[in-house]
Amino acid sequence: MRILDGGLVTTVQDTGRYGHYHIGMPPSGAMDQFAHKVANWLVGNDESDATLEMTYMGADIEFAEDTVFAITGADMDPSLNDEEVPLWTAVQAEAGDTLAFEFATEGTRAYLAVAGGIDIEPVMGSRSTYTLIGIGGHEGRSLEEGDTLPIGSSSNAEEMIGTSIDEDNQPDYATHEINVVMGLCAYRLTDDGRDRFIDAEWKISDEADRVGYRFNGPDITDMFEKREQPFGAGPDVTNVVDLGYPVGSIQMAGQPIILMRDAVTGGGYTTVGTIVSPDRDLLSQCRTHNTVTFNAVDIDDALAMRRERDQTLEQIRTSLQEDSPSTDD
Amino acid sequence: MANKTITRQELSSPRYEYGGDDWVFVELDEAMSFDANFKAQAITQEIRQNGPDGLIEVAPSNASYLIQFDPGTLHPDDLIDELKALEEEIDVSDYQWEARIFEIPVFYDDPWTHETVMDFRDRHQDPDSTDLEYSAEINGFDSVEAFIDHHSGAPHMVTMIGFVPGLPFCFQMVPRDEQIEVPKYEQPRTATPSRAVGFGGAFTAIYPVPGAGGYQLYGRTPVEVLDVDQKLSAFEDSMVLPNPGDIISFRQIDRDEYDSIREDVEDNSYQYNYSKIDFEPQAFFEDPHGYNEQLLEVLD
Repeated sequence: MRILDGGLVTTVQDTGRYGHYHIGMPPSGAMDQFAHKVANWLVGNDESDATLEMTYMGADIEFAEDTVFAITGADMDPSLNDEEVPLWTAVQAEAGDTLAFEFATEGTRAYLAVAGGIDIEPVMGSRSTYTLIGIGGHEGRSLEEGDTLPIGSSSNAEEMIGTSIDEDNQPDYATHEINVVMGLCAYRLTDDGRDRFIDAEWKISDEADRVGYRFNGPDITDMFEKREQPFGAGPDVTNVVDLGYPVGSIQMAGQPIILMRDAVTGGGYTTVGTIVSPDRDLLSQCRTHNTVTFNAVDIDDALAMRRERDQTLEQIRTSLQEDSPSTDD
Repeated sequence: MANKTITRQELSSPRYEYGGDDWVFVELDEAMSFDANFKAQAITQEIRQNGPDGLIEVAPSNASYLIQFDPGTLHPDDLIDELKALEEEIDVSDYQWEARIFEIPVFYDDPWTHETVMDFRDRHQDPDSTDLEYSAEINGFDSVEAFIDHHSGAPHMVTMIGFVPGLPFCFQMVPRDEQIEVPKYEQPRTATPSRAVGFGGAFTAIYPVPGAGGYQLYGRTPVEVLDVDQKLSAFEDSMVLPNPGDIISFRQIDRDEYDSIREDVEDNSYQYNYSKIDFEPQAFFEDPHGYNEQLLEVLD
């Protein structure tokens, strides 16, 4: 397929690049893993096949051959040859058809899966684009006008045409309460500071991308316990001896920053908690200037939330397999 | 300085922390020490080789480590039990490893980092001096030259790779009272030249790619620590140069040598000066200066 217009930021992503955190390599991969996986299943792909992740303003794409595709995630009013295309549904395109997107009206990131997946050479086990060092995806960068992407072969896509996901199983991107397991270096906060952090309303700043979401809100420096700084940390109250940052963790660097899938893997700022994994998907659909609140949960709640999300995904996957007769043989 | 020793650090009780539903973070100590770092290296190496199913990422850091796992396969509390048992078992003085010692040439006080430093004076503790002048002064050195001599005078252990791919955090292999310590910028810079050599807390960092950064900047190396396309021969097995546990010796060079090495790097003909050694913590702890001298002798 051919890119007629790259949109704002469109990259090739999959489930991520794992096993290299110890050399400073973040996982990259789809910011909203739920939407990415469902898009793939809708066209009969494996969840690990590569999709296009489009941010705020989608791309314009011309299909070079007959293709089954599905769009999930943010609503960018997609149209195929000027005809409206339903989200969360497998759709047939013919050779020469043009798929176009507008500015997102709900959510931030849309995923386009094509039957057979975007078939480019994986780098370190993944096709995900990591633009900072220019690896993965198409030449390690966002897509631009004139780029062409090869599509893999598919055997069961035609049976999927017209299948869609129950509305009950589609995520609600209007939710802005983000569940967090407090911890990591939260001992650096005073009790009062911890309470104020949880009670505050945090506004997503303009700096919100695949690397991290920076928030505006109350001053954080007076939330910290004063101490004689340990050797090697540096003198600021928010400094610690440089340590590893989990994806989804909240780093207190001037203001809170939630580290996303292309984030730095470590550093010397205090981290005070980690967003539970299902809510990393939801946060990646929150928009600049949205206000979010943090809800502190314990590890059992966090594991229950993950199980619930996994069950929903499993239910979707099973129901799509039932819809597709070719997988019964 | 005959036979000065590295004082062994009694580590505080480690903190086992949940990172959401799929990470465990273990802080072995709040302060930096060789004991904390070597323990993090030993535990992560052991868990990587003999750990339970369900591990996704195992990453040592300076005085801590981080593990990502699949909670569908491995419950975080079972993982933590296993890590606690390892923590009890491992004695860092028995733990030895094969390390590479790399010579990294550095053009200290180079024009590129100097320009960056001057561009961001408003984010610095002491806007009227350079990062080198400030660091020399607060560490009690008479001159910038004496400070640079100290930084390049003893090798540094790579204690963590992270922030961005291939960025080594290096901890100088000297007793605590000889360690340099400096603050990070009051507000991080938005720009740092690639291959800049910086210092923050007690760590030297080499920035592989241009980008933001909060460390004081001292110089620039003409050699790469990250080679994505693996065109230089030293990167045959991996796109990053050093691993945690490797050793770096910084050598002062001038502009002419910088330019000449840079030409070799750019046409992929540069041969890194490095050797393999067996690192023995106990011998290092007992006589760090003597041990370091032996280490440096194996470099060409």
